[in-house]
Amino acid sequence: MTTSPKDTSEAASPALRGSDDASHWWRIIAIWAVLSVAFDVVWLNVVGPHVPPGRMSDTANGAAFDFNVLIVMAVPVMIAIWVYMVYAVVMWRAGRGGPDPIGGERARGNNRVVTGWITITTVVVLFLAGFGTYELVQPEGAGGGQGPTPLWTPASHNVLQVQVIGQQWKWTYRFPSFGGFETNTLEIPDNTTIAFHVTSLDVIHSFWAYQLGVKADANPGQDNVAFTTPTQLGSFTVRCSELCGLWHGSMFNTGRVVTPLAFNAWATSTEHQLAANTAVLAPFAYTYTPDANGADGGYYPDTADPYSPVEQYGATQPAGQ
Amino acid sequence: MAIDTRETVSLETSGISPGDVSLRAARIRRVPGWLRPNLLWALAGFLIGYIVGYWAGDFIAGAYPVAANSGTNNVAVVLALTFGVIGWLAGIGVLNYPLQKILGLDPTPAVPDASFARYFRLTEDHKVVGLQYTVGSLLFLFTGGLFAMMIRTELLSPTTHVFGPGTYIEIVSEHGTIMMMMASSIVVGTLGNWLVPLMIGARRVAYPRIEAASFWIFMAGYVVILSAPFLGGFPTGWTGYAPLQTQASAGMDSYLVGFAVIGIGMICAGFNLAVTIINYRAPGMTWGRVPIFVWSILATCALLTLATPTLVVAGLFGVLDRTAQTGFFVTEHGGSNFLWQNLFWFFGHPEVYIMALPGFGIVMEMLPVFTRKPLFAYRIAAAGMIGVALLSFFVWQHHIFQSGINPDMRPLFMLTTELISIPTGFLFLVTLGTLWKAKIWFEAPMLFVLGMLFNFLIGGITGVFLSDVPVNVTVHGSFFVMAHFHYTIMGGLIFAFFGGLYYWLPKMTGVMLNRKLSIAHFWTMFIFFNLTFFPLFFVGILGQPRRVFEYAHNLQTLNDISSIGAFLLGASFLIFLFNFVWSVCIDRTPAPPNPWHSLGLEWQTPTPVPWYNFEHTPVVLADPYHYGEVDAPPVADLGERGGATSSTSSPTPDDKDRGVDIRPHSM
Repeated sequence: MTTSPKDTSEAASPALRGSDDASHWWRIIAIWAVLSVAFDVVWLNVVGPHVPPGRMSDTANGAAFDFNVLIVMAVPVMIAIWVYMVYAVVMWRAGRGGPDPIGGERARGNNRVVTGWITITTVVVLFLAGFGTYELVQPEGAGGGQGPTPLWTPASHNVLQVQVIGQQWKWTYRFPSFGGFETNTLEIPDNTTIAFHVTSLDVIHSFWAYQLGVKADANPGQDNVAFTTPTQLGSFTVRCSELCGLWHGSMFNTGRVVTPLAFNAWATSTEHQLAANTAVLAPFAYTYTPDANGADGGYYPDTADPYSPVEQYGATQPAGQ
Repeated sequence: MAIDTRETVSLETSGISPGDVSLRAARIRRVPGWLRPNLLWALAGFLIGYIVGYWAGDFIAGAYPVAANSGTNNVAVVLALTFGVIGWLAGIGVLNYPLQKILGLDPTPAVPDASFARYFRLTEDHKVVGLQYTVGSLLFLFTGGLFAMMIRTELLSPTTHVFGPGTYIEIVSEHGTIMMMMASSIVVGTLGNWLVPLMIGARRVAYPRIEAASFWIFMAGYVVILSAPFLGGFPTGWTGYAPLQTQASAGMDSYLVGFAVIGIGMICAGFNLAVTIINYRAPGMTWGRVPIFVWSILATCALLTLATPTLVVAGLFGVLDRTAQTGFFVTEHGGSNFLWQNLFWFFGHPEVYIMALPGFGIVMEMLPVFTRKPLFAYRIAAAGMIGVALLSFFVWQHHIFQSGINPDMRPLFMLTTELISIPTGFLFLVTLGTLWKAKIWFEAPMLFVLGMLFNFLIGGITGVFLSDVPVNVTVHGSFFVMAHFHYTIMGGLIFAFFGGLYYWLPKMTGVMLNRKLSIAHFWTMFIFFNLTFFPLFFVGILGQPRRVFEYAHNLQTLNDISSIGAFLLGASFLIFLFNFVWSVCIDRTPAPPNPWHSLGLEWQTPTPVPWYNFEHTPVVLADPYHYGEVDAPPVADLGERGGATSSTSSPTPDDKDRGVDIRPHSM
């Protein structure tokens, strides 16, 4: 696949054509370089610092960083192709009224272009895969649900276990280290690694703590663990991001990141307030089986729990299990 | 070398003498048209089958618990729909041939039929099937489009205001399912069936009855999926995730049966064309000369044949869970909801490429014509499509990165997903290489080609964002995903499809579409498509999940821009519809035999193309991309009385008579 010799009808010596080719290349590369550098500089300085999902946790930070890296790499690729297309449309359009029967250059291929293209795309792709893997491993699984046996666990042993229970169509939260009380409000302490244990009582939901950069599907009968470490105080939105039926669209609430002190005060007082409720709840477990007989929304703990080798990441079942 | 098909002059006459055939053909013609199998009998058959099936289901399982939230019994609904489809196929005559064979009777011979009524019948002519698919796919597309505009109407405001949440989720699910069904056949069924035999120099397809059946199965799927709203709809979206699927009301049965029916049609269509391409190429049509569109159809057909059975089986499991109370997808009964997710996406991801590859085939087939250049790096193009098809079987878990699957699968599937962008990149290499120093000729098809490349680039690059797991944590299940795949399917496949229609309809129908309206259609569709879907990337990254009817107030402006774009996009299809109906039915400006001066073999046949395509099986002499050569070789030897001139790059006096521009070339 080499460039075919030029038709004599187009009266151009190979040398002349070569310089012509080079000038096309240099023009395209120059336009591309200017636009790409301009875009990347503007992006990194103006948009980049505010890229969603924000800076509220280490995982959100990681997602925003990845997003910025991908943008500054991907947009120049798009610019390259668009610049080329616009250049081609402007420079190489046929005259009005119909096709030139002889047409354009007869090139059926060009080994240098083909090899160059394949090399560049392969390098970029392998870099992105390596980079993505590093980013996935490094902040304890990037906030994604890792199933019952997390592979990328936090270094810290001071991990707060929070259970997230999805059901049609609301979120509830249980805190095993505070007697396993259950609430509709989610408060978590700042600068503490949180292990969200996401499970469901009925269909698949997906726990999406948007500003924290956490997403984990809630599956019935499965404990799906996701880690994050909040780094800023404030409130965050929790939405269901897996279609779960009729009221999926309004299955959301708000959580708050507070100081460890405030969290302890809140958790201890709530534990006492809800003590009577907690006593009649199903004992804390990593998964539950819904009560098939009652329409009261009751559920049983799955006592035989083959899916949760909890010792791996420091979590312990509360006493009495 | 392809099989020599010169012997197959008469079709399906084994054991019957020619005189016998004409006698029987004459006898068939004497039967009044409405009594022979046709669309009306199919509808009647569907109704009868539905009633019989419903009664049978009630008889078998009337004592079992009824379907959730409805007074019906799941077994009755499933059997009603299944029997309805069988009745439909019997009414259209799909079962005649196999039954006649089983009973030892002489099968009814296929007779050439030139009447308009042939479009409402089972036919063995691949060109009629292609046009049937065209109208059927457009019906699917416009039905799905109406549902899309209903979705955008609801999303004009951040709270529920037009439809209740139940109706809204039914509309979303119908839209997704109909569009996915449509998109998997819109090129293979229409242009694929019509063009592939002509492009490879074949006089017929390998399995004409299976091909015809695939179309009528496809339309049966349309009837079944549209029965869902009457049965209470289904709330799962097109992905049909269990266990939501298991608890849904009777409309869910329409989804499961409908998708399985469509799946069987897809297998039939894919199998037939794959076998045709492999075995029915004319002498001289070597793999190095096969038009690139045929390569794309071959890759697509491989996916259709190999991936779709998984969907059919998954649908069967779902039906069993809902009727026979099995527990394939029910965790408390020992099943797993991950089983559905894996089965579905094992089909679903190749399905994505079923919807992308033919678009690339169309684009790469048309580019040389409108740039007057050979296709750049033809082998790379073919390799790219085969590579995409192979890799597409190894990426499905990227749809369920956050679902709680084994986490060490994540780097692997991130790698395979990003690897697939290498062969996809080949396709850009080929198209951009073809544009180099071209003589770009701006007709409507070329505009669609450029529009497709623009859109698909955005769709492809955002796919890389989705494959990166840390970014995926945020964008998974959000409007970002939704915008991404609309850019690849709508912006890629549908743009390419309409470009292909503008390019090949003059051959298919013998009339030219109005040029100004075609170009107006392109610009409105291109602008309003981008207006609709580009804001949705931001909506998604700002935190709006898919398939919701309530969203954050600060996202209303972006959502409203998208909704307005969607209504205008809908209006742009009216331009196409008007153009199509007006040009084909009323204006009927006859098309020149080769309006685009293409070298493709399909353009060397007379218009309208005769029943057996080529009077003699052509002998292919060259690939169809010898543009830019004064002395381009003829693409094929069509025998002594071929159709149009076989070399178009050097204008002949005939061109002048046909009103073709033959101005001397500049430069």
